[in-house]
Amino acid sequence: MIGQLITSFFATAGIGLIFNIPRRSLISSGIVGMAGWFVYVVLYENDFDAVLATLVSAFFIAIISQYFAKRYKVPVIIFSVGGMIPLVPGGIAYYAMRRFVENNYNEALQLAAKAFMLSGAIAVGIILSEVLNQTIKKLGGR
Amino acid sequence: MENKKNEPYEIVELCLLAGKIMLQNGAETYRVEDTMDRIAAFYDVGQAHSYVTPTGIIFSLDGVEPTKLIRILKRNTDLAKVTAANSISRQITSGALTAREAIKQLKELEKKDLSYPLYQQLLAAAISSACFVIMFQGNWNDLLPAFISGGAGFICFYFIHELIEVKFFAEFLAAFVIGLLAFSLTELGIGHQADKIIIGSVMPLVPGLLITNAVRDLMSGHLVSGLSKGADAFLTASAIGTGIAVVFAIY
Repeated sequence: MIGQLITSFFATAGIGLIFNIPRRSLISSGIVGMAGWFVYVVLYENDFDAVLATLVSAFFIAIISQYFAKRYKVPVIIFSVGGMIPLVPGGIAYYAMRRFVENNYNEALQLAAKAFMLSGAIAVGIILSEVLNQTIKKLGGR
Repeated sequence: MENKKNEPYEIVELCLLAGKIMLQNGAETYRVEDTMDRIAAFYDVGQAHSYVTPTGIIFSLDGVEPTKLIRILKRNTDLAKVTAANSISRQITSGALTAREAIKQLKELEKKDLSYPLYQQLLAAAISSACFVIMFQGNWNDLLPAFISGGAGFICFYFIHELIEVKFFAEFLAAFVIGLLAFSLTELGIGHQADKIIIGSVMPLVPGLLITNAVRDLMSGHLVSGLSKGADAFLTASAIGTGIAVVFAIY
């Protein structure tokens, strides 16, 4: 678990550096990634479905990113982009591709459908957080 | 009263410059429109109308000014510039900068190179590739092979993208190199699970920014931008997948 936390921190901060986010935001973007991955791993290891784990984790990442963005007065994407990357179903898409090449279409389609579901879960997570954010803004504005 | 001295022409130029810098460097469409509208609203030059797509900006002010169009040909990801442009626009709307100063600062920003040195980017790509192997339940002894192939993939992507400006081809070749390296390293006995090495190494190329931006744009009603960014992300993912698939076909 500690290994997971450390690697997720460096992985997301590294991705952030490739996307050229400002140096002073690198550490906080790593923390966002670490927190998001922590949520994912905890849910996944407690036998929750991968789709649900991805959804909750994406939602969580988007929420912390919005908080950090408000606090440091910078665009939200700076924090959210690194955190979302580990959730992208790269592994499943890879295996799907592999089965396609091996002419094993049945398995390939199953895996591709799963990868599609997982990407959808990320999207829904972002959407939910956006909705929550706007609701808070509206209620707070009254 | 200070505001009244500004010519509408100058304001249009300011808005377009800020919008262009942000859009070229990977900001979401709604943020670009929002920034331009806010600047225009601050100077009180009449109702502003902006239409932003990933490939161009159309901006017009109600009144005498003609509508302006800016074509965006090159897009890349440089979030440092987005942040800088964002903070300049904040300073404008809080009244700390005059329009002329802001234009000057934005023009300087456009020319500046804020990116990290190449060796740092390479190191970051290599380290995050190695870390992804662990995150995806790989073994610790695959750390080094993933470090090598992730770094090689990134540097390959970087130089091919400089050489031929077709992003999808660069991604395709980078994925191909990663696959080839991962299988060779496994063959040589340095790597152990080629699958995990490939998955980890490919992660820095994954179009994460495009996916998040596409969803954000679709949600805020920018259907055209959202769909075209989604198509961009889909093409990138296919390019990576095809690169790997070619390696499978060889082995």
